[in-house]
Amino acid sequence: MELTLAIAIGILSASGVYLLLRPRTFQVIIGLSLVSYAVNLFILSMGRLRMDAAPVLSGANANIADYADPVPQALVLTAIVIGFAMTALFLVVMLAARGLSGSDHVDGKGD
Amino acid sequence: MTGMNHIAILPILIPMAAAVFNLILGDQRSNRRIVGVNIAFGVLLVLVSGLLLTVLAQADTAAAAVYPLGNWPVPFGIVLVADRLAAMMVLTTSILALAALVYASARWHSRGTNFFPLFHALVMGLNGAFLTGDLFNLFVFFELLLAASYGLALHGGGRNRVRAAMHYIVINLVASFLFLIGVALIYSTTGTLNMADIARAVPHIAGDDLGLFEAGVAVLGVAFLIKAGSWPLHFWLPNTYSSAAPPVAALFAVMTKVGFYAILRLWTLVFANQTGPELAFGQNVLFVLGVATIAYGSVGALSSKALDRLASYLILVSAGTLLLAVAYNSPGVTTGALYYVVVATLAAGALFLLKDVIDQVLPAEAQILAVSLELYGDEEEVLDEDQEVSRTIPAAATLLSLCFAVAALVMAGLPPLSGFISKFAMLSAAFSAQASPSAATWWMTGAMIISGLFVLVAMVRNGINIFWTSMPDDGLLRLRALEIWPIIALLTLCVLLAVFAGPAMTYFSETAAFIHAPQSYVDVVLPQEVAS
Repeated sequence: MELTLAIAIGILSASGVYLLLRPRTFQVIIGLSLVSYAVNLFILSMGRLRMDAAPVLSGANANIADYADPVPQALVLTAIVIGFAMTALFLVVMLAARGLSGSDHVDGKGD
Repeated sequence: MTGMNHIAILPILIPMAAAVFNLILGDQRSNRRIVGVNIAFGVLLVLVSGLLLTVLAQADTAAAAVYPLGNWPVPFGIVLVADRLAAMMVLTTSILALAALVYASARWHSRGTNFFPLFHALVMGLNGAFLTGDLFNLFVFFELLLAASYGLALHGGGRNRVRAAMHYIVINLVASFLFLIGVALIYSTTGTLNMADIARAVPHIAGDDLGLFEAGVAVLGVAFLIKAGSWPLHFWLPNTYSSAAPPVAALFAVMTKVGFYAILRLWTLVFANQTGPELAFGQNVLFVLGVATIAYGSVGALSSKALDRLASYLILVSAGTLLLAVAYNSPGVTTGALYYVVVATLAAGALFLLKDVIDQVLPAEAQILAVSLELYGDEEEVLDEDQEVSRTIPAAATLLSLCFAVAALVMAGLPPLSGFISKFAMLSAAFSAQASPSAATWWMTGAMIISGLFVLVAMVRNGINIFWTSMPDDGLLRLRALEIWPIIALLTLCVLLAVFAGPAMTYFSETAAFIHAPQSYVDVVLPQEVAS
């Protein structure tokens, strides 16, 4: 599972960075989304990958080995919400720039 | 100190209340009463921040107002920590915000929608970033201030603003992702997000994890350096600042200081005074980046034709100076840097506002023409002696040029004003820190003094072009009282800081001593550690 996740994060961030460096605003916004997915998966993996483990332990026979850290999951939730809002905001600015300059180039050049 | 701890959250709550108030009442730009209430919120914030600073200054050096949100026990819940450093940054922000708010209420607030709620949200984010004691909370406040700053950078509209804001948004979104990666790595190696708890956990990191931890801090540092405007991560800055609306740009002057604050806080807390392999991690990198930023900013200042671009490059110069001071890692140098950060922020804010007043009396074409004339010569340059002498400088122009001269003296660091005192404090502390001055001391001295000369030349050239060659001869300039008073107030504060340099320096040196003794910060935030 670790290998699968690592490969997924790697592919997502590599494609995201490639798209970020492209000259069209649409490519940039897709690149930002891909990088944000990669970052979210990365945060989740920093809480250690665990299957079938509960974040809250209770009872007498609770075993500390069967514990999933809830903090990174809470962080990911916050990061997703903030990232989504920022992407939506960027979309509006992108459309405004398209309307004002008549081009979807990031520098507003007419090709 | 129990009752006083509640003051720590007020600098966040007051701007939030102001933003909510504006949202509920809707966008009524022309209503003078609503504008008045907004200014009243600004005044209230300055008063509360001043109270916080006064209370802390009268308590003992290690005093800090610790406010656990929701009263959760400290390492687990989110905590606000108002120590002397945070209180002084909050007060600087509040004063600058009030000046920009008064200035904007003359006419800029009606150039677009929702100016006031966005403005207050930005102030809330700035104050929150200074006050928080939790790394992830710092991220949230960063996003809050950035979201508001995206809206404000677009205020007024127009093709140039939209283009500059688009670049600004992309750069800062990438910086936010780097921030998250850094925070995740630090959490995975220390198991906590509380800054004081991280400082406590660093010496206990297992040898295998140390590289991972340092990688996390480095990634986080890159995110902070982007915000601080450090070379080579600063290319977004001059365009964004010079195309933003002037009152917005004035408030943005404090945004680069958030990056400086975060680096100073985390770096001294986590690395500076630890013994072990991580001693002075990244010190050389910070130092080289500081020198490079100063060099780039100075050359940029010389090359800029318009006053707003010049002010943007001056912000780069001050960012570089502050990075150098952090990298030097000595309490005396930090004292000077704290003095410098207040003075440079106020003066840069005043300069952005001043530029707009000058623009109103003088069309931008005339200013650029003056620069071209300087380069290519003017055929009608030869004037009669009489003509030269009879040229009258009216009172309003005198006032403007006086403001400009004060800003120039402060920015270039010439005596007798506060810019000189701050640079002198940094350099004399750097020389007395060691028995014989090291190479780093000489680099710092050279960078600061040569950049001062460059800034002076750039400011004098701009001043001559604006006030001596381009001012209209008929002399009747009309200035709005609402616009000129904030500028005068900001510059008067710079002068007052020079007059009362003694008490100010005492405060700054005690603050610096507290910053460079990280154990006292840990003890204040995690009091149960003292008992055990």
